[in-house]
Amino acid sequence: MFPRPIQETSRRRQIIYKVALPISLIIWLLPMIAIVATAGRSLSDLNSGNYWGIPSEWAFVDNFNAVFGSSSVGIYLLNSVIITLPSIVGALFLSTLAGAGLALYKFRGRFVILALFIAGNFVPFQILMIPVRQLTLDLGIYDTYWGVILFQIAFQTGFCTFFMRNFIADLPFELVEAARAEGVGEWKILIHVIVPLVRPALAALAVLQFTFIWNDFFWPLILIQSDDLRPITLGLTVLKGQYISSFNLLAAGSLIAALPPVMMFFAMQRHFIAGLTLGASKG
Amino acid sequence: MTDSQTMSDDRPRKTGTFFRRNKLAIMPLVFIAPAFAMFSLFVIWPIIQSVGLSFVEWQGIGPKTWVGLDNYRELLGDQVFWTSLVNNLYWLALFLLAPVMGLFIALFLNQNVFGIRLVKSLFFFPFVVSQIVVGMIFAWFYDPAFGLLATLLKPLGIGIPAILADENWATFGIIAAGLWPQTAYCMILYLTGLNSVNPEVIEAARLDGAKGWRLLVKIVLPQLRAATFIALVVTVIGALRSFDLVAVMTSGGPYNSSNVLAYYMYDNAISRYRMGYASAIATILFLIMDVYIAWFLMRLLRNEKGAR
Repeated sequence: MFPRPIQETSRRRQIIYKVALPISLIIWLLPMIAIVATAGRSLSDLNSGNYWGIPSEWAFVDNFNAVFGSSSVGIYLLNSVIITLPSIVGALFLSTLAGAGLALYKFRGRFVILALFIAGNFVPFQILMIPVRQLTLDLGIYDTYWGVILFQIAFQTGFCTFFMRNFIADLPFELVEAARAEGVGEWKILIHVIVPLVRPALAALAVLQFTFIWNDFFWPLILIQSDDLRPITLGLTVLKGQYISSFNLLAAGSLIAALPPVMMFFAMQRHFIAGLTLGASKG
Repeated sequence: MTDSQTMSDDRPRKTGTFFRRNKLAIMPLVFIAPAFAMFSLFVIWPIIQSVGLSFVEWQGIGPKTWVGLDNYRELLGDQVFWTSLVNNLYWLALFLLAPVMGLFIALFLNQNVFGIRLVKSLFFFPFVVSQIVVGMIFAWFYDPAFGLLATLLKPLGIGIPAILADENWATFGIIAAGLWPQTAYCMILYLTGLNSVNPEVIEAARLDGAKGWRLLVKIVLPQLRAATFIALVVTVIGALRSFDLVAVMTSGGPYNSSNVLAYYMYDNAISRYRMGYASAIATILFLIMDVYIAWFLMRLLRNEKGAR
């Protein structure tokens, strides 16, 4: 193990470590602590200049109620859900198929196709922006949920296919060969042999995609215009204009926006990190 | 595999026979086609279209006028373009601190003490928070009148400028905000990497008298090569993609001093309806990124081909 386990060092170093740990954590999270503290502050405290002192009262509940009551934050949250969930399902479906196609068969050009999927995922969004906007206009899905959903499915399929292909390629190929020798059709092999085995990969991808798509700001900015279709990332910029002088409410709004992916992360931590660090431990 | 197939292929129906004989060639195409069609429509074809648009003048509606290389020529004399490009280079250079800091935080946290799992999660979770929220958090944190940073530094006698309103500081203020989640990302990559470091090699090196810095550089880092590679790739891509933070923290201001290519492109397309010019900026950004994409792909596919 590197560095040397702290238990093997001197008593003094152990104490220093145990003190340094929480202090470094507090420094690291300072900006976050600031926003949480602000979200619980009352307007009268802010107006009297009491930004960081002891609050005269905690106003968490009042502030969150005020945000939900005086803005469209509820609608924005719902829109985020409506956009995110179908995008995940679509991307996982397409990429399971494509990943199996690339991993289970040997044919010429499979590396080129895989390379295209990977490379496409790293391009700057701006190179896609104008044509994709035009495409949604031509298809009549500009300023609808579908424009964003279809784009997210298509774009995220790149990364997901890469992920699924690697996962399926690591499965024992003998299973597929045995099924083929029995005369099982390729579709049945996919559904009854491969899909049950890739469940962990699907879980990891689903959690990861949830945060990616939920937190995305650029594509709804480009493809959505109506206020009542905006997801929460876009809605926050509206709140920023609305609550220009009541930062406690804006802070509460930011927390509301951040909460779903944070909760998803803490609930599904193992899957999330498995998805994110794919390849980081391979030699 | 092929033997058993030809044996079961003696069926009367002709189409069935053809399909069965060739199913190992046809099925992958059937499996890949839907994903590839979507990806081509929304990603690959738009890239080609954008490069094409960079040679025309177009307002988003109406006719397109072919102008050849005029857009690129105009870029050469555009001060904001150069500012944005230089800012992108700052992003690139300073973002490389993320893998370094991430490594050191990972080394710091790679211990087995009570509560360490929670501490690791708390160090990581800025990455899960939307960049829009991160931008707002830092804008509030930096506020010169009532931000926490100014409040904490005042008793120490350190005055800070209005970071996001100062031409000299705005870009660095945004980059610092971007480094926060990016460092968390690199940290988790290194923590995973440290998990799979071979303990016997470490022990052997320790017996040979290696320790501290030398042990890290000579023995541990080489074993973390995979983590370093991914950390570098995601960091470079993240730096060049910077858009959300700029949009929410400064909109490129003051006086375009914190602009980056991604935001300047957007600004030209959406606020000024200069689609051709915007496409030229996007194409430049795309070409810069291609260098890294090519490097990444070559390494990755070389490993893949070796493996199978």
